[in-house]
Amino acid sequence: MNLLLWVALPYVAIACLVGGTVWRYRYDRFGWTTRSSELYEKRLLRIASPLFHFGLIFVILGHIAGLVVPEDWTEAVHVPESAYHAVSLVAGSIAGAAAVAGLALLVYRRRTSGPVFSATTRNDKLMYVLLGGSLLLGLGVTVIENGIRGPYDYRETVGPWFRDVFLLRPDPDLMARIPLLYKFHVLLGLVLTALFPFTRLIHAFAAPWRYPFRPYIVYRSRGGRGPATRDPARGWEPVTRR
Amino acid sequence: MRVMAQLSMVMNLDKCIGCHTCSVTCKQAWTNRAGTEYVWFNNVETRPGQGYPRRYEDQDTWQGGWTLDRKGRLKPRSGGRARRMLGIFSNPLLPTIADYYEPWTYDYETLTTAPLQDDVPVARPYSLISGEPTKVEWSANWDDDLGGGPDIAGRDPVVQKISDAIRLDYERAFMFYLPRICEHCLNPACMAACPSGAIYKRAEDGIVLVDQDGCRGWRMCVTGCPYKKIYFNHRTGKAEKCTFCYPRVEVGLPTVCSETCVGRLRYIGVLLYDADKVTAAAETEDDKALYEAQLGVFLDPEDPEVIAAARRDGVPETWLEAARRSPVHALINRYRVALPLHPEFRTMPMVWYIPPLSPVVDALRDTGHDGEDAGNLFGAIEALRIPVRYLAGLFTAGDPEPVAAVLRKLAAMRSYMRDTNLGDPADEAKAAAVGMSGRDMQDMYRLLALAKYDERYVIPTQAAAEAAALEESACPVDYDYDEHGRDRTSGPFGEASGRPAPASVESFHALKDRQTTGALVSPGDRKGRVNLLNWDGKGRPGGLFPRRGKGDE
Ligand code: SF4
Ligand code: SF4
Repeated sequence: MNLLLWVALPYVAIACLVGGTVWRYRYDRFGWTTRSSELYEKRLLRIASPLFHFGLIFVILGHIAGLVVPEDWTEAVHVPESAYHAVSLVAGSIAGAAAVAGLALLVYRRRTSGPVFSATTRNDKLMYVLLGGSLLLGLGVTVIENGIRGPYDYRETVGPWFRDVFLLRPDPDLMARIPLLYKFHVLLGLVLTALFPFTRLIHAFAAPWRYPFRPYIVYRSRGGRGPATRDPARGWEPVTRR
Repeated sequence: MRVMAQLSMVMNLDKCIGCHTCSVTCKQAWTNRAGTEYVWFNNVETRPGQGYPRRYEDQDTWQGGWTLDRKGRLKPRSGGRARRMLGIFSNPLLPTIADYYEPWTYDYETLTTAPLQDDVPVARPYSLISGEPTKVEWSANWDDDLGGGPDIAGRDPVVQKISDAIRLDYERAFMFYLPRICEHCLNPACMAACPSGAIYKRAEDGIVLVDQDGCRGWRMCVTGCPYKKIYFNHRTGKAEKCTFCYPRVEVGLPTVCSETCVGRLRYIGVLLYDADKVTAAAETEDDKALYEAQLGVFLDPEDPEVIAAARRDGVPETWLEAARRSPVHALINRYRVALPLHPEFRTMPMVWYIPPLSPVVDALRDTGHDGEDAGNLFGAIEALRIPVRYLAGLFTAGDPEPVAAVLRKLAAMRSYMRDTNLGDPADEAKAAAVGMSGRDMQDMYRLLALAKYDERYVIPTQAAAEAAALEESACPVDYDYDEHGRDRTSGPFGEASGRPAPASVESFHALKDRQTTGALVSPGDRKGRVNLLNWDGKGRPGGLFPRRGKGDE
């Protein structure tokens, strides 16, 4: 069981994430969008969306800091565990709370605004459950396991396990001992990772990091081909490709 | 000098009868799918009026187009790169569906299924967005022909720039129609605002297109475009805009809106421009100097130096030839009677307009004078300030002089030709008074009044391959399922993901669906369209008209 959950599942999730993204990039670039509903409703979105997204960005940064950076490194620069813990607890709670609040508002908006609700697919609903669940559990572990029940040093168990997965020597025993809430959080996170490329979440990979560096005006050439000789593809497809 | 060629359009507003044929045929060809119900690549506005979407010209609200920053450099009015990236999670400057209108249909079925009763059954309107019953309160041309009266027309942003006292007066005095498509700008603000870099200008013909595979639905372009001529498809989550009917112009056919224009007022032709000068021209400090600045970007296709540079820069010989014969070049550069729409937005628009003389003529007639008499007309252009000021608000950032100059030329041409037609000797003084020769008068008259199809549309083809190799001929009509037997029109990630359906399949299904469906809002209706793209104006495209009866097909 441990083997299945903490060795097989992570690799399946990673395979789904990478494979699904590649597949979608090759097969369905047209479907790759934020699927924004701002046209229908923008008053609530204006607050909820930035709240959620910025919260989530800090949550993700926090996960990277917590999982990827080994404890020895922070100790090497003389940051004691207690200080790290305090920072992670406070920053994590704030970011998590912002993301959860933002998501709650977004779901509320989706539910109450007619056009937005009718534009919601089943895929979206599943995604909301998983994402909301992971976020709530994540906030739960931060506040309950790390805060109320006293500090839990996940950097001795979850952190090494996470890194070992990528170093191809996964150790399920590390995870067998962690608190139950943590287990659920990690599991839900893994499921979400696996489904990530198949939901609208994929728009995160479209982050326009090149925008600040490109010129404002873009010219493209038809590429010297004749009139509309391409295969019967999308009528709107750029004339330059293929 | 870097010579580039662009297909552009001029519309002669005096001839527009406001019939909306252009809008309807454009919609049939391009935007009769689900998600684009509210999208009008071509719309016709009554001016004075608010336009579509409502008050789009008010850039204090919508922040479209460009401004100059403190150092005098161009910057998108809604903010530069950093601000756009920080604001990417929500875009409060996006017009909502209420600023356009909520598209609707009627439940016609009740008309036939209602039981026998005393009252006449009515078909109630249903929203095409939510499927719920709705109240129709606005549309793409709600204020057509000044409908709604001074209250609505008075909120026209151009009117509001002219003082209130004059306003009431002229609302009774004139009205004209303004058909609008995407301007296919030289300096497009939609493109500058696109975080994905999915909007591009084609190097060959200057058409501005959205790469549907590159668009990620950030909606920034809608804010960027000051003309609000790029729309968000709310089903596919992608931006769509006027394509200048590129599949048609590539094979030398005019756009659908031009082809079907009842007033025959649209001209399409090639303009040569110097790509190196565009930015500097758009940075011209004085709003009122932007018209002249843009004229300075255009190149003379007769000039040997320009021709040599064009050859060097790879402009094909056929395009140079077309540029010399271009009606658009003649109207914009030679006769200088066409003006850009809102040059002060600094996008360097490429669809220009010949301002209408009719407002002045109408106002004259209202005062009991002969509106066609040249002496009266000349006096009126000077005296009836309001129509001229209004037109200047549209076409020259408020500078009345260029507008008045154009109107004088049009009035002179009328008068000159009237003499000729009545058998009187031509009065060269009339031509000379507006800086033209009698010959110019005749030529301009020919172009504006008589020009036939091939004079109005001088469109070089993309010559590399044969016209026969059209998309349609490459795909048989029974191409509705892919090799695995899956329906090509729907993908696993929702509406319109996966491979698209070829146009011919769409029109085939469109007919079938239209004739058999009873649903108000069904995802199936996205297939519904009659394909006008490959229609050359001859014969009748299948499905455009209902069948008359048996044996008629
Ligand atoms: S008018 Fe067309 S090309 Fe110009 S900014 Fe708007 S969408 Fe872009
Ligand atoms: S079809 Fe021609 S005449 Fe009719 S509204 Fe359009 S531009 Fe005007």
